[in-house]
Amino acid sequence: MLEIKNLVVQIEDNRILNGLDLTVGDGEVAAIMGPNGSGKSTLSYVIAGKVDYEVLEGEILLNGENILEMGPDERAAAGVFLAFQYPLEIPGVGTMTFLKACLNAQRKARGEGELSTPDFIRKVNAAAETLEINRDMLKRALNVGFSGGEKKRMEILQMALLQPQFCVLDETDSGLDIDALRIVSEGVNALRAEGRSFLVITHYQRLLNHIVPDTVHVMSQGRIVKSGGKELALELEASGYAEYRASEAA
Amino acid sequence: MPAVQDTVDRVRAIDVDQYKYGFETTIEMEKSEKGISEDVIRFISAKKDEPEWMLEWRLDAYRRWQTMKEPDWARVSYDKVDYSDIYYYAAPKRPAAMSLDEIDPEILKTYEKLGIPLREVEVLEGIAPERRVAVDAVFDSVSVATTFKAELSKAGVIFMPISEAIREYPELVRKYLGSVVPVTDNFFATLNSAVFSDGSFVYIPPGVRCPMELSTYFRINERDTGQFERTLIIADKGSYVSYLEGCTAPKRDDNQLHAAVVELVALDDAEIKYSTVQNWYPGDNEGKGGIYNFVTKRGDCRGRNAKISWTQVETGSAITWKYPSCILRGDNSRGEFYSIAVSNGMQQVDSGTKMIHLGKNTTSRIISKGISAGRSQNTYRGLVSAHKKATNARNFTNCDSLLIGDQCGAHTVPYIESKNASAVFEHEATTSKISEDQMFYCQSRGLSNEEATALIVNGFVRDVLQQLPMEFAVEAQKLISISLEGSVG
Repeated sequence: MLEIKNLVVQIEDNRILNGLDLTVGDGEVAAIMGPNGSGKSTLSYVIAGKVDYEVLEGEILLNGENILEMGPDERAAAGVFLAFQYPLEIPGVGTMTFLKACLNAQRKARGEGELSTPDFIRKVNAAAETLEINRDMLKRALNVGFSGGEKKRMEILQMALLQPQFCVLDETDSGLDIDALRIVSEGVNALRAEGRSFLVITHYQRLLNHIVPDTVHVMSQGRIVKSGGKELALELEASGYAEYRASEAA
Repeated sequence: MPAVQDTVDRVRAIDVDQYKYGFETTIEMEKSEKGISEDVIRFISAKKDEPEWMLEWRLDAYRRWQTMKEPDWARVSYDKVDYSDIYYYAAPKRPAAMSLDEIDPEILKTYEKLGIPLREVEVLEGIAPERRVAVDAVFDSVSVATTFKAELSKAGVIFMPISEAIREYPELVRKYLGSVVPVTDNFFATLNSAVFSDGSFVYIPPGVRCPMELSTYFRINERDTGQFERTLIIADKGSYVSYLEGCTAPKRDDNQLHAAVVELVALDDAEIKYSTVQNWYPGDNEGKGGIYNFVTKRGDCRGRNAKISWTQVETGSAITWKYPSCILRGDNSRGEFYSIAVSNGMQQVDSGTKMIHLGKNTTSRIISKGISAGRSQNTYRGLVSAHKKATNARNFTNCDSLLIGDQCGAHTVPYIESKNASAVFEHEATTSKISEDQMFYCQSRGLSNEEATALIVNGFVRDVLQQLPMEFAVEAQKLISISLEGSVG
């Protein structure tokens, strides 16, 4: 599904990713854990195509195709989705208007016809119900005045609606209370399927109790320094990141 | 390169020359001699077959105008107009049309190209199932067609060219003309009073809700010609009218002057809603050509509980100098001003409103959205004042500016004066740029750069677009996208 080879990235002369390699298989849920400043969010932005980051070396292949030459909108149409750590507010733009514009833009880019309004509303309502998002929220301007938890649920709603192939969740658990964490996790789990992979970025093991990963990778100083199964997350929870910090310092 | 940089470059690269309405109509015209003089004014007055009092009114204005100075306080700079080098009157040579069939087909074609429905017969018979809007079309100096006159007169509504109203309803015109914008109000209004050639006149009798929207469409066609239209709308007690105004002009290398005056009078319990979509030719990318739009618009809430609401979408003109205002004279009267001003290329906009609270319990609301792109300058200038007797006057003002790129400017100049301690005035203002993060967020969901910009801008102006009659709002939304993106469809 996704293959990252020797990725070297800098922003304003600061090197953030130092030859990162990562492979996520078809239908796999991969978790990335690591201390603050290890480059986790940078990785998510580079996959989604944020232009502030300068890619010096390496490739990101989605189903064998290098996506680094594509703009963020083209990557979205190709099936990449990023659930933001801090979703943006768009004042004056109704949530439904935004969702419809995005969905139809992607369909258009893929040469598909626009979705009819009744079909669209049906899809949104179904997804909203699963995520316990009430209708009033859908009538408001996108993310404006939403609580942290509401914003995160809105991200997952977008994911459910856009049906991407490769989903990146950037610290989706941050700022969520226990109930919201459960709702969001259930929303994600419902989307787990053949042909759809996830990269779950988090500091904490607790999210991985809800979204159980197939693989866990530890990131430090811009590289993957250790990989393993879901039990690796539990080890980290017990021992902390000190070992990895120390190994870098040495 | 940041995401927004691409948008900036794209907007910068837009040739404002892609102005969609820049074509010219070839037609024989009759003009006054070039320049302004008492003779020219007599010529105009004679052309209109005006009564003596009207001519005297004009001459009086002209004499006063000669002693006045062009205002220089606005935040705009331009080559001064040579008032002796323009034509003050230009009219199609054919005699005035009695019915649509008699209108020069070239003019009908022009309006067709502009998408203005003049053929009311077709509309009535369902051949062209457009929304029914009565239109008065002003081509250079004269009104060429007013539609749905008969149907309106059934309701007692008078809607006709002002030149006709001067002859047919002299007592109404005399009573109200110049009563809101006095002859000596300002340099441009005084000039207009001397040389205005046509415009629309509307009278809504007591208790009547005007059965359809009224609309005037202004077109400047002739070279070196100024357009000086005059609009007078009177809403008698308990009546209601919604009025739309649209404007375009051909592309030319030299600047053309447009100095209009609009006067609104709302008596007890009456309401006037006045909407403008102004899309005069803005000049090219280097600031060559374009319309100087120096306009005086004012409404007088003369009666109790009267309401006047201005909505404007300003996308055109090289220079805009325009402050649609409300005098809140009647107790409990209300004034509203909703504005979207878009500037791109080298355009300069200095626009806003005045809310003059004179009566008790008067309220006003100002929502202004300025969008600047390219190398343009966009200024909001407003005055809110409460006079001594304006007990419990209330105003709410919100001025937001959005910048696209780093070579344009947005300025807010609000004046607030209160001579009554019970007045409550609120003012909110923001200036923002479309953030790179917002752009990236939208793009990561599949929207192109252009789609994302349009979406964010439309969100920014939504409060104001909602004030426009529905179909007008759709048009306005398109117009804003075109002005900013040059994606002429």
